[in-house]
Amino acid sequence: MTTPHDDPERARRFREAALPHLDDVYTLARYLLRHQADAEDAVQECYLRAYKHFDTYRGPAIKPWLFAILRNVCHAEFARRAGAPVKALDDAPETTEQAPLWQDSVETPEGAMLRQRDASSIQRLIDTLTEPFRETLVLREINNLSYREIAEAAGVPVGTVMSRLARARAMLRAAWLAQEEP
Amino acid sequence: MTCDDAEILIHALADGELDAGHAREVEAHIAACPRCAAELTAIRQMKQALAGADLITKAPAALRLRIEAALPAAAAASITPLAAVPSRRTLLKGFAMGSAVSALAATGLVAIVLRNDDQQRIEAEIVSAHLRSLQAGHLTDVISTDQHTVKPWFNGKLDVAPPVIDLTAQGFTLIGGRLDYVDARPIGAVVYRRRQHVINLFVAQTSSTARRASRLETIQGFNIRSWRDRGLSYWAVSDINPDELNEFGERFERTMGGSG
Repeated sequence: MTTPHDDPERARRFREAALPHLDDVYTLARYLLRHQADAEDAVQECYLRAYKHFDTYRGPAIKPWLFAILRNVCHAEFARRAGAPVKALDDAPETTEQAPLWQDSVETPEGAMLRQRDASSIQRLIDTLTEPFRETLVLREINNLSYREIAEAAGVPVGTVMSRLARARAMLRAAWLAQEEP
Repeated sequence: MTCDDAEILIHALADGELDAGHAREVEAHIAACPRCAAELTAIRQMKQALAGADLITKAPAALRLRIEAALPAAAAASITPLAAVPSRRTLLKGFAMGSAVSALAATGLVAIVLRNDDQQRIEAEIVSAHLRSLQAGHLTDVISTDQHTVKPWFNGKLDVAPPVIDLTAQGFTLIGGRLDYVDARPIGAVVYRRRQHVINLFVAQTSSTARRASRLETIQGFNIRSWRDRGLSYWAVSDINPDELNEFGERFERTMGGSG
């Protein structure tokens, strides 16, 4: 399969299909990697790979396909970090995960109202979720994928998506309410 | 419906992912259960808070420019900023990924409660199964033009007994049967031939006993005639022209109707 990658028509079709989702892909990369420069590199690599393999993409929605590629790139990055001695990324967030905010011991008062929060404080709360729950929540609530599209992007059955999402929301809610304690 | 049953379905309800029937069931449970009602309210509240917060982070303009600049020359430049993988390996990895993605689409759980394009997805899988069957050595597990050989072969392999009908007199030669997988479930395929063309007739059990008239569709250049009768779903797939496929389906249905 030696497709001419410099085919201008192919490049044009790819731009039209994939570039409108750049913000979405970048947002997911930020949540997956929790590091801006790494996220930028991952997104660039994702788009280059996607362009290379654009011929393997068969509709209808391109977003889950792009996300699946991005996840692969990010997992390569995780593997690299795991191999590297000590990496910057694994500092603060990992320690939070030692004592998760969302632990089941945190009672969620029935009907308690969630105080409205601004985007950056919500982002911080989402960042405290462990994987794969964070990813599932982001794909659903921020990237607006359907259950089936999440299943496709993450490579798991729809049933797994459903239970992960339920769990992710319970975690996020607990973290949210925990921070509302004075 | 119990609270345990409802627990995950409430999320699907809030996300608008339930089909109408299950949505009604969950709503009926919620109407009678204050705890689950509170849960639904909490989920909706959180969804609202997230939706209202504009959590999409705009990609930096410099990143967009970098990608734009790299695109047309992607193959030649082989820019791999994250890991300095040789471009050949990257390429292979990419292909492996591509096939994994399509394989996943085929193994998706049978989420019978979810609304939407189930039908379409299954038909796409049926076409894939048809394509697989055309590869050498995959067409039939049992080779026989005798319906009394093909039919018993399915016994014990499936939870339904696919009707096997001899349509040779009508110009469709029975050539065998095969066990296939669609929607992550085993499914029976009865194989016919019309001149050089193969017709795969896929048969699966369905929860609905209502008869559904046939539909004819074209997916990836293949024609699919699907219908439902007496608790079984049928999909006939082939590259023969739609008229002939229709004729096949009609003759099959007529013979079935006559026999029972």
